Formats: sequence, structure tokens, C-alpha cells
Amino acid sequence: MKTGSRRMVKGVALIAIICLAAFGMFGCGQGEEKVVEKEVIKEVVKEVPRALEPLKLAVAGAHTGDLASYGIPSVRAAEILVEHVNATQGGVGGRKVILVTEDDACKPEMATNAATKLVGEDVDLVVGHICSGATKAALGIYKDSGIIAISPSATNPDLTQSGDYPNFFRTIASDDAQARLEVDFALDTLGLTKIAVLHDKGDYGKGLAEFAKKFLEESGKAEVVLYEGITPGGMDYSAVVQKINRSGAQAVIFGGYHPEASKIVMQMRKKDMDTIFISDDGVKDDTFIKVAGDYAEGVYATGPKDTSKNPLAIEADKLHKEKYGEDYGAFYLNAYSAVLALFNAVDKSGSTDYEAVSNALRNEYVATPLGIIKFDDRGDAIGVGFSVYQVQNGKYVELEG
Amino acid sequence: MGEILKSLKAAIWFMFLTFPIMVIKVNPIEDTVVWRWMNMAYIGVGVFFLSFLWRFMLARRNQGKKAEESGKARMPIGQRIAEEPKIKYPAIALVGAFALTIPFWADMYNTNIMTNVLIYVMLGLGLNIVVGLAGLLDLGYVAFYAVGAYSYALLNHHFGANFWVVLPMAGFLGAAFGVALGFPVLRLRGDYLAIVTLGFGEIIRLVLENWNEFSMGPSGIANIDRPPFFGIKMDLFQKTDFMYYVVLALAILTIIAVTRLKNSRIGRAWIALREDEIACQAMGVDRTKTKLMAFALGATWASMAGVVFAAKSTFINPPSFSFWESVLILVIVVMGGMGSVVGVILGASIIVLLPEYFREFSEYRMILFGGAMVLMMVFRPTGIVTAMRQKYTIHK
Amino acid sequence: MDWGYFKELLMGGVVKGSIYALIALGYTMVYGIIELINFAHGEIYMIGAFTALIAAGVLTVAGFPAWSILILASAAAVVWSASYGYTVEKIAYRPLRGAPRLSPLISALGMSIFLQNYVLLAQTSNFMPFKNLFPEEGFLENISEVLSATEVIIIFTSAVVMILLSLFIKYSTTGKAMRATAQDRNMAMLVGVNVDKVISATFIIGSSLAAVGAVLIASNMGQINFFIGFIVGLKAFTAAVLGGIGSIPGAMLGGLVLGCTESFGTGYVSSDYEDVFAFTLLVLILIFRPAGLLGKSDIQKV
Repeated sequence: MKTGSRRMVKGVALIAIICLAAFGMFGCGQGEEKVVEKEVIKEVVKEVPRALEPLKLAVAGAHTGDLASYGIPSVRAAEILVEHVNATQGGVGGRKVILVTEDDACKPEMATNAATKLVGEDVDLVVGHICSGATKAALGIYKDSGIIAISPSATNPDLTQSGDYPNFFRTIASDDAQARLEVDFALDTLGLTKIAVLHDKGDYGKGLAEFAKKFLEESGKAEVVLYEGITPGGMDYSAVVQKINRSGAQAVIFGGYHPEASKIVMQMRKKDMDTIFISDDGVKDDTFIKVAGDYAEGVYATGPKDTSKNPLAIEADKLHKEKYGEDYGAFYLNAYSAVLALFNAVDKSGSTDYEAVSNALRNEYVATPLGIIKFDDRGDAIGVGFSVYQVQNGKYVELEG
Repeated sequence: MGEILKSLKAAIWFMFLTFPIMVIKVNPIEDTVVWRWMNMAYIGVGVFFLSFLWRFMLARRNQGKKAEESGKARMPIGQRIAEEPKIKYPAIALVGAFALTIPFWADMYNTNIMTNVLIYVMLGLGLNIVVGLAGLLDLGYVAFYAVGAYSYALLNHHFGANFWVVLPMAGFLGAAFGVALGFPVLRLRGDYLAIVTLGFGEIIRLVLENWNEFSMGPSGIANIDRPPFFGIKMDLFQKTDFMYYVVLALAILTIIAVTRLKNSRIGRAWIALREDEIACQAMGVDRTKTKLMAFALGATWASMAGVVFAAKSTFINPPSFSFWESVLILVIVVMGGMGSVVGVILGASIIVLLPEYFREFSEYRMILFGGAMVLMMVFRPTGIVTAMRQKYTIHK
Repeated sequence: MDWGYFKELLMGGVVKGSIYALIALGYTMVYGIIELINFAHGEIYMIGAFTALIAAGVLTVAGFPAWSILILASAAAVVWSASYGYTVEKIAYRPLRGAPRLSPLISALGMSIFLQNYVLLAQTSNFMPFKNLFPEEGFLENISEVLSATEVIIIFTSAVVMILLSLFIKYSTTGKAMRATAQDRNMAMLVGVNVDKVISATFIIGSSLAAVGAVLIASNMGQINFFIGFIVGLKAFTAAVLGGIGSIPGAMLGGLVLGCTESFGTGYVSSDYEDVFAFTLLVLILIFRPAGLLGKSDIQKV
């Protein structure tokens, strides 16, 4: 038996050697073949009139898991528009549109799987992803394959400002714009001088809080008396609340989502603290008001400009109600606008080539539920803005200004 | 008759048990209540029939156990593949051929998924050294995975370091971390060790999350280079295929190393230590050195797998290294069969491929996964492949 | 030294610690008897919170008075949590007696995933507002600047429950049988203890305690979702190990020490590293006392 196991080890080693050799020999050779094949296909394809080939639009993002509520509205927006455009105009630029969806559960490793799957299926355009981390992981793959991705909700500033992702566009303002608005509001409108900045240690919340802290310090008008991260999903935040109390802060600027925000607000109010609470888009959610109830009154949160009076937004709302029988969810209008912008760009440029579409996105204005927009050189939308909301009588009300 | 009564009892019990969660749905804002009585009926009928199956399967399992004890049992399939040379060698050849040719016939997506499987094979085999062979329950294994991933990501980001240079470096770094963790906790036994390693894993993740200047915090590190191949420019397809072969080669290296380790002096010392620490020390095995060795070697593989992971996904951030990931790797080891190499490979394939190909079931995916874990353990508590002890026959 | 601030942090820590302790008791009792880290215990706590929410919702619609809702909803939470605990043991752990030591652990993890997703699918993935079941009347106005009425109730209830439990373990027949089983299962069987019944009783008691903790903390925090059991479970388990797993006073002490460490760490240093303090303390204590604060270091049997 002993010798048996020896022999087995040798066997495995032999296979390993064969395998290494094989990978040395075929590994690259086979790759070259593939390229040749691909070029051939491309040439053939060029000869075939483009009109015959359907346009593949992919929607990628969190469609399962605890963040599914942020991802599913964008699928619905795409479904509605694809159906609409196929029925009324016979597609975009004469080509029928096919919708493909892929789930990443907001996890970077799943996002790369989803992205390779989409590239393998030869999709032309991508709407997504939803979370910034997952978007970053997937963008590299799209970039290498010359595919344009447009996200309705990824707000990390690096995505556009680093210049690493020329193929990326978004229909939402970036975190620094939101932080700037929060800080200006706190300083100029409310005239505060002592502010505590908190975050939930997450990608989104911490990024935002860092900008808020930076802007506050640069302004010289207010002092950051406390800067801390809280443990997301924590059972109780009484110690942090005590710390805010002791720091003498007039207001808290919080970067993060509504579950933590509502716990902090509730604990502050229960301790009879009337500290002003200013937060972000992750808190500007009706669930926040439902959970915090009366304690939510007076809380400020920034969110996309209220465009519900825009005729296109009214139409988008109507189409959603007709098809799904309920109100639309988070980032629905952003995704709706993203799809419209893509369709417009393909229509105007008459192709799905990377260069042509990205030029069209940058130069052609398009009417969307968010207003009339185009994209700047970095990929951020021009014409999409944020406003400050306040909870008044159990509802978020947009403040003038 | 008795059987029917038993099933009836089970059905009624479960109807009671699931009553609040399954039947009632309240809306505390508007103070409305929805009653979903149909669910109760489904549960009742479902449990009534499943309860027969449950008892039948349990009885069969117990019979199998008895047969095993009396030595008359037929070896299960997985076992036979792993044990009988007549089946084993063709099986290895088949699997080898399959693994080698995947990029030729599979599309990029499937190649990518198989790369994932191989990364988890590496992780599983590494943890197998610690848990399966040395019997040290480690719930923070992912910390070493993070060490590897971040050391490559940071070195690559700041200094443009090459994958092939960092890979062995990260291996040593992982080993150093393994020793650093192993040293203070050597005195702890069993589950105390488990919780301390868990704490260590969480500490590493929290530091990565909080220390922005060092690790770029929660926004992660993007644009990590894939491994270069003699400076040849490759497109995405080639890069994916090349990545696959790199990981395959590393996984095979791991398999060879672990098999060799298992039958070496140190490997036998680990198993002896696992079985009886005191007897083992009495036989002259240095407990401290042996345990530290297990930690260090396990951490080496995890760290190298981390480098591969960072290079493959080109983006990393702290949530990828949560406690949950440690649990997943542990599940691979235990489900596959502790201490068995074949088991780990099968376990990794199941754990990675099931959720991936279950995408169709979408929201039911995780509940099926949890249920499958429980059932697997109830009906096959020793895992898919039970590691056989090395047998020695003495020729007179 | 700012005494007011110190007192507030201390009280916050004690409130948190009491909840940890209540849940840690479930871990420690189960561990003491069958040497299993019951990872599904956090989920039992979560189900307790959901049952209370549902029961309170139904009773409110039916128009019951507030004090009866408190009693009935808490009772429902305890009954159903105990039933789930009992059933989980029967399905996922009992068939695994005598299996390799790690198999029940994996089974427990599977159960935890299963129960989380079961509640997610049958109820909702959103956070649900949880109405405070306790009357917020100022019957303790003189200390309300430090503690709210709910927090006083939390400390008081957990103390009473833990005293009752200690008495139960010490003097009742079941309690004695539990101690005997924890010491030596085979010997207990020989002297006529029904070990199966004892194990079931352990799960029922542990789950009931978790349900009490769930009602208390959900009332204080005002919201629950399907995932709340995971983090609390992890912390409570840490508390159990800190105090010496298997030891009942140890779990109580461990919970309080952990709660206060987190509170002071946050208050005087930074909440960025809240969990790091907790785990560092754990490592330090285990290095100097490998069996935890009150655990008996097991005599190595040769």
C-alpha cells in the first residue's frame, strides 16, 4: 500500500507536468486562434446590414439578496422601455432590442462573473451595475471588451474622476457633489458652526463622510467636533449618541443607509437631544420615515431633484403602474434616463461602436425624466442635480433653494 | 398505521410551528393584517408526506451504519473512486483531461467560474491542513486570504509589482501571519481556538475597512494587473484562459504538496496530534512546532489564493473577506470529507457551482443551500469522501 | 474625569451587556451539554422578535389594551422560539449524535442560513418598525436623564430572569439532571437521567431566554429585519466564551464585560474599532485564562 501511494503521487506529478507543458504550448496558441476567428467574424458581420442584427441591452446589478430593492427597479425600467421601443418604433436605429439581465448581488466577485457572462453573450450596451464596488470590478472587463456601461446608482467619485474608466457614464450625481450640497446647506442655510460627521464604514457612507469632513474643514466656517464610523447592523448606538451629546455638536452629518440612521435618530431623540440630523440619498427613503415614525420629523436628507412634474417622469410613472401595478422603486427614474440616453446615442450615431456611442453620449442632449441631459468628458451627467429634503408631517418635502 | 400517525403528528406540529411566520403578515404602520391560510395547508400536506421520506431515509442511513460496523458495507461511489486503484487512475486521468481542456470548449463565463472553483480548491486544501489534518478549528481563515489579496493589490498599485514576484512573497507573508496568530493561541483548545481565530479574522477585516491611508478603506483597490505572460499582449479572452491555467497549475501544485505533506512525518504528527494530544507528546512530537507548522502552511496557501483572487477579479474591497467567506471554506472542507483531497475538490465544486448554476431559482437559492447543508450532514455526516487512514501491511 | 459621561457609558454598556448575556446563556447551556456551537441560536432570537411583532400587530388590530398586548406578545415569542429551538435540535442535531465533531457545526450553519431565508421569504426583506411594547410612562423620572424607562426594564427583567434560571438549575430536578449530563453524559445515563429529554429541555430554555432578549431589545431599538440574529449571535457567542463557555454565571459576566468594553471603547476612544476592542479583549483574556473568566480549566484526562 505504501508504494501504491508513492506511485499515485508520481502519477499526479506526471499529470501536472503534462498539464504545465500543455498550458505552455496550447495556452497561447489557442488564444491566437480565437482572435483570428473573432476578426473574421467581425468582417463578416460588417458586410451584413446592421439592421438585421438585434441590439443586445444588458441590465446588471443586485437582483437578489438584501440590496435587491435597489436593483430591480432598473430591470423594470429597461423592460418597459425595450417593450415600448420595439412596439412603437420597431427597435432602435432599425434594430430590434433584446434585453438580458444578470445578477451580481452587489458583490464584486459575482459582478466579474456576471460581466464575463455578458461579454461572452456579445451584449452591445450595459445598464449597471448598482453598487459602486461591484461596478468597479465589472468595468475593467467591459473596458477590455469595448462595451459602454451606464449606471443609474453607482455614486463613487473615483468611477468618473480617476479617468480609469472612459467607458463609464452615470445618471446620478457623485458622492462629492452630494457631500458639497450637505455641507453648503449646513453652513449657509442653517448657519451651523459645530458639526459631527458619522458614517457606517461602508463604501458609500464612508466616501461621502470623508468628502463632507474635507469640505467642512476647507470652509473654515465650522468645526468638525467628531468624526467616527459606527458598526453597521449594531444592536445599539447609545455610546455613540452619548459621544455626540458630549461633543456639543449642533448637527450630525451621517453618511450611510436608513437602518442605522433611524436607530441613531431614535436614540438621540429618546435622550431628549434635538441635534439636527442631515443625511444622504440612502436615508431619503420612505422606509426611514416608516421605521422612525415621529422621531423622523425634521430630519434633512439630500436626494435627486424632485422631477415628478416633468412630463417624461409622469409618463415613466404611468407606464410602471400599468405594467407592475405599483409605485416605482429606488433609482427607477435614473435607470429610465440611462436607457433613454443609450437609445438616443445609438439612434443619433447609427451604430453601437464604442467610439460613436460615447461621442454621442457626450455631445447629444436627450430629454429624460431627470431633465434634458448630456454627459461630460468624465462621464457624469450634466443637468442631474440634488436637492435638500426635510421630513415634514411624515413626508419628505423638497426645500426651495 | 403507526407511521401515518407519526406523520400526522409531524404535520400538525409544523403547522403550529410555522403559523405566525408563514400565515400572518402584519403591517405595523397601517395596522393591517393579512392571513395566508393556504400556506398552512401547503405546510401540513408537505410535511405529512416528507415526514415518511425523512424517517425512511434515516432508517436506511442507520442500516448502512450497522452494515459498516459489521464490515459488510459496500463502499460508496465517492469512496471507491478515491480508494480503488482500478477506478482511481482512470478517474484522475479523466478529471485531468477535463480540467485541461475546459477553455477550449467552454465559453468565457464558464472558464471564469471554473477558475473560481480552483481558487476555492486551493483555499479548501489549505484549510484542510489546519482543520482536517491537525484538527484545529479555524473560523478566521479568510484573514490570510485577505493578507495575500491585499499584499498583491497594494504592491501592484504603489510599485507596479509583478504577479509572479508577489506570489511567493505573499506565501511567506501568509506563513508569518499564521505563526503570529498561532503563537499566542496555542494553549487554547477546541472551540476557544475557533472563537479567537474568528476574532482575528474580523480584526483584519475591520482594520482594512478603517485604515484608509493604508488600504484605501471600503472603496477598495481597483485596476489590479492580471498576471503577465512574458510581456505578451493579450485580449480579454486570452487573459481569462491564461488566468485559468495559472490557477490550475497552482491548484495542482497544492494538491501534490498536500498529498505529500499528509504522508510525511509532519503530516502523521498532525493526525496523531488531532487524535490524542497527550499520547502524541509522549511519543516525542513537539506540540508547539507541529501546530505552528500547520497554521503557517495553511496560511501560505490561503495567502497565495488571495493573490490569485486579486489578480483575477482586478478589484478587491474588505467585504469580500467577511466571516461568511471563512464559513464557506470550512463548509467545503467538512462537506467534502475532512482530511480528504478528493473530498475537498468535490466540495469546492459543489459550493461554487451550485449557487452559480442555481441562478434560475434566484430568491430560493440561499434557502435551498442552507437546507442542503443540513440534509448533507444528517445523511452523510462524514462528508462525501471519508478520508481513509493510510494502511500499512507488513510482509513477513 | 467627567462622571456624568462615565455613568452614561456604563449604563449603556450594562443595557447592551444584559441582552448579550441573555442570548449568551443559550449558547453556553447548549455547549455545556452537547459541546456544539449552536450557530442557529441567533436566528431563534430573530424569530422571537418577529413572532412578537406579528402577535402585537394582530392584537392591536383586534383592539386589546396595551398591557395585555405586552404579556401576550412576549408569551407568543417565548412559546414559538422555544418550539423552534426544540424542532431545530430534533431535525438538525439529534440525528448527528456520535458523528464527527464538526458535522453538527456545519448543520447548525446550514440551519442558520435556512431560517434567515425562511423569514426573508415568508415575511419581508425590509426593516419593520417594532412598536415599543412597554408603557413609556415616567414612573422613574428621577433617573430618566441616564436611563429611559425601557432601559430600566431591560436591566431589571434580565436580572430577574437570570436569577430564576440560576435557581432552576440549582434546585429543580431538571436542573440537576442538566448539570449531571453536562458533567458526564454516559454516567448520567447510567444513573437514570433521560439524556434526550435533558437536551430538549436545554434547547427550550435557551430559546426562551433568547426570545425574552429579543422582545426587550426590539422594543428599545424599534426595528427588526431577518438579519438581526447574525451579529447579535456572534457577539453573544463571544460573550459566552469570554465568561467561560459552559458556565452560566460566566455567560452573564461575559455579556456585561463585553457590553461595557464596547461602550467604553466607543466612548473614550473611537467606535471605528468597536469590534476590534471586543475581540482584542477576548484574545487577551483567553491568553491569560484559557478557559475564560469563570470557566473551569478542564483537567486533561490521560
